[in-house]
Amino acid sequence: MPKVIGETKKSFVTGNETAAWACLAAGAEMMFGYPITPQNEIMHYWTRLAPKYGRGFLQTEDELSAGFTVCGSVQCGKKAFTATAGPGNVLMQEPFGMAEAMRLPMLAIIQQRGGPSSGTVVYSQQEVTLTTFGGNGEGMRIVYSTATHQEIYDYVIKGFNTAWKYRFPVFILGDGYQAKMREPMEMYDPEERGIEMVKTYPLIGLPGKITEGREPQHLCNIYSLEEELYEVVMKVAAEYESIQDQIVEYDEKNCDDADIIVVSHGVVSRAADDAVKILRAQGIKAGYFRPITLRPFPAKQLRAAIAKSGAKKLLIAESAYGQLDRLTKQEIFGETVKIENLFMPGVGIIDYDITSKVKSVL
Amino acid sequence: MIAPAVPKSWYLPSKPHKFCPGCGHGIVLKALGEVIDELGIQDEAIFGCDIGCSLLAWDFFACDSTQTHHGRTTPVMVGIKRSRPELTCIGYMGDGGGYSIGSQHLLNSAVRNEKVTLILVNNTNYGMTGGQMAPTTLPGQITETSPYGRDPLTTGYPTMGPEFLAALTADSAYIARGTVSKYKQLKKFIKSALRNQMEGNGFSFVEVLSTCPTNWRTNAAQTWNFLEDEMEKYFPVGELKNPLGKGEK
Repeated sequence: MPKVIGETKKSFVTGNETAAWACLAAGAEMMFGYPITPQNEIMHYWTRLAPKYGRGFLQTEDELSAGFTVCGSVQCGKKAFTATAGPGNVLMQEPFGMAEAMRLPMLAIIQQRGGPSSGTVVYSQQEVTLTTFGGNGEGMRIVYSTATHQEIYDYVIKGFNTAWKYRFPVFILGDGYQAKMREPMEMYDPEERGIEMVKTYPLIGLPGKITEGREPQHLCNIYSLEEELYEVVMKVAAEYESIQDQIVEYDEKNCDDADIIVVSHGVVSRAADDAVKILRAQGIKAGYFRPITLRPFPAKQLRAAIAKSGAKKLLIAESAYGQLDRLTKQEIFGETVKIENLFMPGVGIIDYDITSKVKSVL
Repeated sequence: MIAPAVPKSWYLPSKPHKFCPGCGHGIVLKALGEVIDELGIQDEAIFGCDIGCSLLAWDFFACDSTQTHHGRTTPVMVGIKRSRPELTCIGYMGDGGGYSIGSQHLLNSAVRNEKVTLILVNNTNYGMTGGQMAPTTLPGQITETSPYGRDPLTTGYPTMGPEFLAALTADSAYIARGTVSKYKQLKKFIKSALRNQMEGNGFSFVEVLSTCPTNWRTNAAQTWNFLEDEMEKYFPVGELKNPLGKGEK
């Protein structure tokens, strides 16, 4: 099998193309997908590249099927993934719930589009609540919110490892801008960078013969008794809690003496970064805090940033009507810092939007 | 008295099974167990069961098994088969799971000629949830959601699953309808459906007419009469497609 990435190379590519290459480089074996904008080109690149590297693809009848075929694929030991957006993300919450319940190490790339309903095919950050907490469960999942193409590449590779190491479903939360925009990034072979790819293993279809004494595997997904389910959920919750510190990632700049901390995630954090630099140049003590993992959330780190700066205000900026805001408030419950909002659902946010808002509330 | 023979592929710690007295599932699963034994596929079989009464079969076999959501067994089996073609995938579901909530998966996996074997048990109602009208409920049949009898003018006619799948599939698909009242024939159909997958031909499907005395509220004689006199007259039993030629003798 030819190596996916030989020498490290600079590329000028779209985020969707980046995602497909990252899945290849990470050793993903199967993609199951269903068309929905703005993630389509992940499938387009994958279907062109996969046969050259002995990887598989199936275009399913809908997102339910795409999610459940991924569940089956990882159950029998394959590194499998899917990609979706918007209403497709809604449908996929059903199989994602199965992945949470049965601890299936699946990976899904979500390129957020406008909502509610069919919304727009363009861009938003309106799938935060859905992706972080999902459906009829407790949100036992890991969500990386990327901001650049380089991060899409890095976190897809890392995401497969997180999934297979901890056996929680992993989400790479991008958006339509990241999906369709071109920008320079660097593709590399993970092993060359010293990243060891976690080995996959089957949960059913195990080696060894049942007829010669191997125990048959019975994977259960519905329980007869309340107490049985309680024990399962509490065990999963305890494991999820115990690994949080190893998984949580965040970025923080200029928070030591900040009067106001701008909290944002994903592509909006690039505007926030610029805005904070502009404000600082103008003598305004602004800080920047970005959760990279939205689930689990870097709550301790944000509380620490508030404490050390003595900031009077947080400004939560997002391309949604308060989804990061709700998430942040529940995570830092009890903090008395005043929280201001810049909600721009379904549209982009630029540095000017943030600098103007900061000046209006300080 | 000699105890009846139990298929070698049954998982004994989960026996006796949990289906209601008079339910047909035990007969279908015995036929499937005997076929698994005869084909010698216990080690490579993956058994996937749906939600509904079929969920009670999750640990029925000494085969690697998985359980999914209502209607989603088909895509889980497809995902496994596409990833590990050497495994023999058996999806087990009811008429609600297959023909209603999971019908898009059934239809499209048939069109794509997915090399999986699906066994769908038709007892004309939703058993586990308490006897509601199913896609297969007969005209005039009383259920919890058709308490005055199913009216085809407002709820349509029963789904003819094997017939619509036969119309959609390639010639290499195996499609049949059996009944728990004709055990030997049923076993032959299930065996052919598994052989068709194992030989790499394509999609393989058996609908099984079965009994639900609990929700039908019938005694033993009435149960059998409903199966043989009502169901088997409406749903013709037999093979609709058999690419294995003459099939098993």
